Amino acid sequence: MSEHEVTLTVNGESVTRSVEARMLLVHFIREDLSLTGTHIGCDTTSCGACTVLVNGKPVKSCTVFAVQAEGAEVETIESVAAGGVLHPLQEGFWEKHGLQCGYCTPGMIMTAKEFLVRNPNPTEDEIRRGISGNLCRCTGYNKIVEAIQYAAEKLQADAGGE
Amino acid sequence: MPQLDDRTEPHSELADGVSAQVPTTDEVQIKTPENIGGMGHRKKRKEDPRFLQGKGNYVDDVKLPGMLYMDIVRSPYAHAKINKIDASAALEMDGVLAVITGEDLKAAGDLHWMPTLMSDTQMVLPIDKVVYYAQEVCAVIATSRYIAADAIEQVFVDYEPLDAVVDPFEAMKDKVIVRDDKDKKTNHIWHWEAGDKAATDAVFNDATTVVKEKFYIPRIHVSSIETCGMVANYNKVREHMQIYMTSQAPHAHRTVFALVSGIPEHKIQIISPDIGGGFGGKVPVYPGYVICAVASLVTGKPVKWIEDRSENLQADSFARDYHIEAEMAADKEGRITGLRVKTLSDCGAADAAANPSKFPAGLYSICTGSYDMKAAHVEVDGVYTTKPPGGVAYRCSFRVTEAVHMVERMTDIMAHDLGVDPADYRLKNFIRPDQFPYKSPTGWEYDSGNYEAALNKAMDMIDYRGLRKEQAEKRAKGELMGIGISSFTEVVGAGPSKDYDILGIKMFDSAEIRIHPTGKAMARFGTKSQGQGHETTYAQIIAEELGLPADDIEVEEGDTDTAPYGLGTYASRSTPTAPRPTASGPTRAVLPQLRARPPQWPRGRSGPRRRRSPRTC
Repeated sequence: MSEHEVTLTVNGESVTRSVEARMLLVHFIREDLSLTGTHIGCDTTSCGACTVLVNGKPVKSCTVFAVQAEGAEVETIESVAAGGVLHPLQEGFWEKHGLQCGYCTPGMIMTAKEFLVRNPNPTEDEIRRGISGNLCRCTGYNKIVEAIQYAAEKLQADAGGE
Repeated sequence: MPQLDDRTEPHSELADGVSAQVPTTDEVQIKTPENIGGMGHRKKRKEDPRFLQGKGNYVDDVKLPGMLYMDIVRSPYAHAKINKIDASAALEMDGVLAVITGEDLKAAGDLHWMPTLMSDTQMVLPIDKVVYYAQEVCAVIATSRYIAADAIEQVFVDYEPLDAVVDPFEAMKDKVIVRDDKDKKTNHIWHWEAGDKAATDAVFNDATTVVKEKFYIPRIHVSSIETCGMVANYNKVREHMQIYMTSQAPHAHRTVFALVSGIPEHKIQIISPDIGGGFGGKVPVYPGYVICAVASLVTGKPVKWIEDRSENLQADSFARDYHIEAEMAADKEGRITGLRVKTLSDCGAADAAANPSKFPAGLYSICTGSYDMKAAHVEVDGVYTTKPPGGVAYRCSFRVTEAVHMVERMTDIMAHDLGVDPADYRLKNFIRPDQFPYKSPTGWEYDSGNYEAALNKAMDMIDYRGLRKEQAEKRAKGELMGIGISSFTEVVGAGPSKDYDILGIKMFDSAEIRIHPTGKAMARFGTKSQGQGHETTYAQIIAEELGLPADDIEVEEGDTDTAPYGLGTYASRSTPTAPRPTASGPTRAVLPQLRARPPQWPRGRSGPRRRRSPRTC
């Protein structure tokens, strides 16, 4: 299997590694970079546990090759609490009990983060559609929706205060 | 049959105001001050900061130096004879260290079979034949997960397909024998009864109304978002096996591993780290776990095995697959007098339920539910089919879900046939408060209850009578609206050893609390959270009992070397069972001494100031 050198930015840091052409982005992130907050749930782009942001867009990293991320800016869950301060989404999930086992949570937060950039003031229905590519087996989603509503309001209030 | 719209006017036999006797959660009294944070205080979960920031530690996050990877070759047939396994091409690949077959496990001390928790046996790896689709056939050990995945494609197995039998009624005819390893050449595994057959038949002979229904509760799968997996790390010098495992019951699994492998139990450490959901699916011991542990024993290196989703859905434990035929009898007043149930339990290729009761059909005999009746008789037969073994999921081994579904449906059907509102029919037939302690016709003792009050309360909360009016109005306009009611009694907290047992250990749990000199505490338990939030709940219960602040209590579970023995987390048992020892006398006794003489930094020396010792209410 051919090896390729890839250079990309992960959570603000430039990384260069030699990888097999078939190396999945999720394995590159988890195993080569030891960022294990991104999880694998289904291997088939169904569950969204592996969601990361590539150039600002949510991508299911279990069906993307690492070489496809050449030159890209990748953000994972580990970057979300900037300076050790929880992001309003993380705060919302904590406050509204939007998680139980925590396995789907990183992917859910990454999806919601980009969703709130596109739609800062979403309705409940829009939130449900926005996270429809992410599966959770514990919560039944209601609390996740409330967590995202909490974050939307907090982000709006913060933006208004500036 | 009368149509729903034809039913008689709803009526209630209970006096107004009965429901007010049952407290609701808003009325629960908080007994500890805010700084203690005992039960009833709103607290954010202690475990969440790590999950929210991607700092959890799940099995696939564990990486040990020199770790190898395992992948499994699985059967493309539901039933087939194995003529030959040719692994030579796989073994020639760079990075492939070993291929483990059933013959290898047999040579290693008959490890190709393992006992199930139901006193049955199950193949770890086959020698002669496979008995379900996606059954483990052999395993490849390699230096990377990619090489292992490549190598399973290079193992060639010569199968001779046999007829499959996936219908349990067909299986009962014994035309295709699933388990020809058994002395008796039959698919029938067991027959089990509860209740009094003669008394039940007599009640049915005297009945004014009898209703009958067949139910099929199909197979389901837990599909936890994290699949199952393991890292086995055998240390040859210490003769010690360390195992990271997706386990809902690490101590029970340690005992099983000791019994299966022959490694002494004190030389086995099972660590169940953060678990991405269990729902029962992480109670059974799957062949993959055993093969992975053997792979580490053979290679002397850490070996990781993580299922992919397809494997998880195809071969892991299922739930239900109960074929039920039920009859309910009522007298001329419409009162329920009896229940007669025949059930066929499709167990798949092995009876591998993880059912800690002493009964093969679990707690299915709880099926008389909340209703007072004269007699009941329940029969269940277990049968093998060429399907994955089971079954555990959402209380499935306990078979309570099946029992509740059946009796509630039967009650609805009876109410419907009698033309009575289903809520009123339940109120009329509930065990009355003055009948407790109540002995059910199938032998269960119910200690207390006030079912009428509870149902009335629920009906008040949703304005049931108002909903029925709305339904009638809508139906008059041709608009459909349905209202469903279920009111169940089940057994939780597994449980008293007269009814419960697993491997002869009985059922119990333990807690160990260490109080440090500065008044902070470490509490360890034999249960294992898979998302339930034990770190928070247990800390609050201990805070309530001992008066230590919940924030000063670190709760730890899942490491068999440090946690006291317990039977794990499933079937709603952990919170009622595990934190109970925290209220024990010895623990309470040590606290006043600590408060009377807290440790002090010597006077005149610089150093950290002692924080105020914990206060109690």
